[in-house]
Amino acid sequence: MSEANPTTKRPRPLSPHMTIYRWPITMAMSIAHRVTGVGLYFGTLLLAWWLLAIASGPNAYGAFQSIASSWFGRFVLFCYTWALLHHMLGGIRHLIWDNIIGLEPGEREWLATASVYGSIGLTILIWLIIYMVGGLRS
Amino acid sequence: MSMRTPLARVRGFGSAKSGTEHFWRQRLTAVANIPLVIAAVVIVISLLGRNHAAAAQILGSPLIAIIMLLFIFSITYHMRLGMQIVIEDYVHDERAKLALVMLNTFFTIAVGLAAAFAILKLSFGV
Repeated sequence: MSEANPTTKRPRPLSPHMTIYRWPITMAMSIAHRVTGVGLYFGTLLLAWWLLAIASGPNAYGAFQSIASSWFGRFVLFCYTWALLHHMLGGIRHLIWDNIIGLEPGEREWLATASVYGSIGLTILIWLIIYMVGGLRS
Repeated sequence: MSMRTPLARVRGFGSAKSGTEHFWRQRLTAVANIPLVIAAVVIVISLLGRNHAAAAQILGSPLIAIIMLLFIFSITYHMRLGMQIVIEDYVHDERAKLALVMLNTFFTIAVGLAAAFAILKLSFGV
C-alpha cells in the first residue's frame, strides 16, 4: 500500500521554525520573560521562608540569615533580584506594546535591549545599596 | 458521534462571556505589581541589616504590613495566571495538564497564605 502511494514516504515541507532562525533580541527577551517568570514563581518560596523565619523568632531568623549571607545564598538572591527586575521591565515593555506603542522596526529592538541593560544596571545598583546599608550580615 | 464540527455545535449559543478574563487579570495584577514590587524591594532592603526584634517590629507595623499583604496577594495571583499559560503551552496530555493546573492553584494559594500568615502573626503580635 505504501508502494502504491510513494508520496507519503517523502517528508513534507515544513515552514521554518524557531530552531532555523537567528534569534532576534525580541525573541530572546520573550523567552527570558517566561524563564524569569518561572524562576520568580519558585523564588516566592524564599520570600515565604524569610517572612515565616521572622514570624517564628530569633532562632529561625538567624538560620535564614546565615544561609542567605553565605556566598551561595548571596548568589541565589542576586539572581533573584535580576530575575525580578528583568521580569518587571519586560512586563512594562509588554504594557507599552499593549497600547500599540513602540512596535515599529528599531523601536521594539530598542525596548528589548533597554530591558536587558536596565535590569542589569538596576540589579547592581540595588546590591550596592544593600552593601552600603550593611545588609546580609550573618 | 455527530458529524458536525465543534464550531457548528456551539454556533448560536453566544460567547462564554469570560474570554478576556484571564488576559485582563494578568494585566491588572501586572500594573498593581509595579508599585508593590518597588515598595517591597525597599522594605526588604531596609530590613536586611537589622536584628530580629527590629525586623519583626517594622514588618508588623500597619502600613508596612498592609503593603506587604497587597504585594503577596497581587504577585501570587499573577503567578497563578502566568504559570497556567506556561502549563497549557507545553503540556498536551489532558490529564497531566489538568493535574498541573490544579497543582499550580494549590501551590500559589499555599505560598501566598504562608507569607500572609507570617505578616499577620507579626502584626497581631504574639
